[in-house]
Amino acid sequence: MSDPMRIRAQAAGNKTTVRVLMSHEMESGQRKDSSGKLVPAHFISEVKAEHNGKVVMTAEWGPAVSKNPFMQFVVKGAAKGDKIKVSWKDNKGDSRTDEATVS
Amino acid sequence: MKKLILGATALAASLAMTGAFAQKSAADGIAEYRALLADGNPAELYEAKGEDLWKKKRGPKNASLEQCDLGQGPGVVKGAFVSLPRYFADTKRVQDLESRLVTCMETLQGLNGAEIAKTPFGKGEMANVTALATWIAAESRGMKFNLSQSYAEEQVMYEVGKRLFFMRGGSHDFSCASCHGEDGKRIRLQDLPNLTKNPGNGIGFAAWPAYRVSNGQMWSMQLRLNDCYRQQRFPYPLFGSDATIALGTYMGVNAKGAESIAPAIKR
Repeated sequence: MSDPMRIRAQAAGNKTTVRVLMSHEMESGQRKDSSGKLVPAHFISEVKAEHNGKVVMTAEWGPAVSKNPFMQFVVKGAAKGDKIKVSWKDNKGDSRTDEATVS
Repeated sequence: MKKLILGATALAASLAMTGAFAQKSAADGIAEYRALLADGNPAELYEAKGEDLWKKKRGPKNASLEQCDLGQGPGVVKGAFVSLPRYFADTKRVQDLESRLVTCMETLQGLNGAEIAKTPFGKGEMANVTALATWIAAESRGMKFNLSQSYAEEQVMYEVGKRLFFMRGGSHDFSCASCHGEDGKRIRLQDLPNLTKNPGNGIGFAAWPAYRVSNGQMWSMQLRLNDCYRQQRFPYPLFGSDATIALGTYMGVNAKGAESIAPAIKR
């Protein structure tokens, strides 16, 4: 089971800055454990952001993104009280969706 | 719909690079780097986890930690961090935040405290102790350190901590004071706080638990001290040992009046 994301969405004028902190191992698949075996890759591969149900951003991620990634983007036209939903899927099929209200 | 490939690390790297072109001291650069990262400090993830763990019914007794006495009365979290380590009458010893949490997990939840203390950092219940400590520290963010020295046991711990701080040993004949005994010392690029006095707001004892970006781990004070001892080539101190608590008391009392920024972010 994955831990929740921290999402903050702050409106300024007609632009809303969304900041997302995700909890994920982001294992690159390049590292070896203490017994010399390769640690299998485990990373977020797809990220999707929705504003009131409408997809505003998608991203394809790979193993180069850091552990516990931080992502920031700007949505145009979101007003206070709107919902911003962010979801991710990783290469092992695990996923997580969290929602925040624009403030 | 735009397809973007965003990398949090790539973003941070490009920002750090622009900084490298301007002439400034290494300390300025590090301060800037920390400021950039502070906005998305992953310690927040551990805070959330810790808060959850505090309220969740767990263990053989199926109880939450909400009745845990951290020195400010049962269940009082705010202000606890800046007053620890302190003497607890029920256990008849001076305890720091982490060892106190283990006591509560044992008495309230029925978990095996000795077993937890033996667990390596970042694993199993020990990871939970660190998350709890992170949240409890965050609840006292911005408050000033004010450790009690009214019990004889607390005064003894301070004196013991002072002795340990200046005790040289190990293959390198190092003491804590070798690095942390005067102003202006550094290890690699990082400035080292002078821990024999109040090093200032949010420095030293007032900064841990902290998230370390370089290894992606949340580090508690106990782990911080263990790693100092590792670098001195001392034997590995036991979790929650009197030695580490004494050092915590020494640093905590010295830091009186310093503002806590824990959980901080570190390189």
